[in-house]
Amino acid sequence: MNEILNPVLLVAGIGLLAGLILAVVSIVMAVPKDEKAEAIRAMLPGANCGACGFSGCDGYAKALSSGEAKPGLCPVGGAAVTKSISEYLGCDAGETETKVAVVHCLGSYDFTSDKVNYEGIRTCAGAAIVAGGVASCQYGCMGLGDCMRACEYGAITVSNGLAVIDPKLCRGCSKCIQACPKHLIHFVPFWQQAVVLCSNCDKGADTNRICKTGCIACKKCERTCRFDAIHVVDNHAVVDTAKCTGCGECAKACPRHCIKMLADM
Amino acid sequence: MIKGLIAIFLASILTENYVLNKFLGICPFLGVSKKLDTATGMSVAVTVVMVIATAATWPIYTYVLQPSGLEYLQTIVFILIIAALVQMIEIILRKYIPSLYNALGIYLPLITTNCAVLGVTVLVIEKGQADASFGFVQAMVNAFGSGIGFLVAMVLFAGIRERIENNDIPKSLRGLPITLVAASLTAVSFLGFQGLVEGMLG
Repeated sequence: MNEILNPVLLVAGIGLLAGLILAVVSIVMAVPKDEKAEAIRAMLPGANCGACGFSGCDGYAKALSSGEAKPGLCPVGGAAVTKSISEYLGCDAGETETKVAVVHCLGSYDFTSDKVNYEGIRTCAGAAIVAGGVASCQYGCMGLGDCMRACEYGAITVSNGLAVIDPKLCRGCSKCIQACPKHLIHFVPFWQQAVVLCSNCDKGADTNRICKTGCIACKKCERTCRFDAIHVVDNHAVVDTAKCTGCGECAKACPRHCIKMLADM
Repeated sequence: MIKGLIAIFLASILTENYVLNKFLGICPFLGVSKKLDTATGMSVAVTVVMVIATAATWPIYTYVLQPSGLEYLQTIVFILIIAALVQMIEIILRKYIPSLYNALGIYLPLITTNCAVLGVTVLVIEKGQADASFGFVQAMVNAFGSGIGFLVAMVLFAGIRERIENNDIPKSLRGLPITLVAASLTAVSFLGFQGLVEGMLG
């Protein structure tokens, strides 16, 4: 009997002793934890996308607790997270600008075509290396879906040679913006406003030849707008989001139908 | 006596190097040897654990396990003690040297399962049984030497890896493969120390 009991007692005794010593040491040597940072970390979504500009959610939580950062930098969590954090910190949430990513191109196969029959690697980054991409518009979307694969929230669909982002599903993490080799995706503030869905910098006649819906820089929108919020820059119209009131007049006036209202997308 | 201790110390660094000769503790050897400062920090932590672990396990083996005929419990008891020691060192490091604690990161808890540490504690006892003159002091010197041997291997290899980083390596060999090749060459080069200690002090 002792043959079994002795070793068991010995090991258990050593384990108990070691446990007791550890318990004492951990109490004596306790490091005050940053409970504030941990509580804030629990509120953050944990996507670790880095869109706030810090090294993941842990880094942002630390910066928030030490007062180096303001709440509202987390686009993934959005207004809800900002509200709970600012309530916890007892500071003013400020105006959080919800922004969504928009693909600034309408060039599906209905309006434009591929200039080559691309048989290489099926990624935008790969195709962009070969003679500037497969689309006949060198500024346009190739529809090979790098942004769709980058999106963690399933907000992007690619069909008919064009990527489309659902603004209701977009969380503004900026991963698709980094993924697009044509730099077609930009953030726009998420309120009712006009967006120009063309990024073509060619002259109107050249654009017209390759795309039936691309902006030809006719400046009709510029003349229509009563708020001086839309201008032709680099041969395509650009909306000044600070001035746009979302009246929708430019979208109605555009002969190419490449200006849409964000709410209709 | 002193000469014998020096011989043990040198032998445990050069001819009986735990990493390059016995192939124990390869995980931190490959994992932490990317940068010189983390490699040094890890080696110092391992050396400290080795010495303290041997200081704790040797008496327990000699005065508790052996008299009661429970030598077969050696492995499990040693693992228990080493694990507790590493936990304690972790707590102490976090309190007093947080920069080292952050630099070591996951590798510090991994010392718990580092076979080099367990290897040292087990092998010094084996040596003590084979040679009656190999007592507690010799065991401690051996453990310290093994830790320094680990440090030597880590620092050497960190230097080699920093050089590898800047080289044009064939794509298929990049990363771990070339590291393993370099590690094996370093280990082979350490075979050159065979017989050195006996020749110097014998």
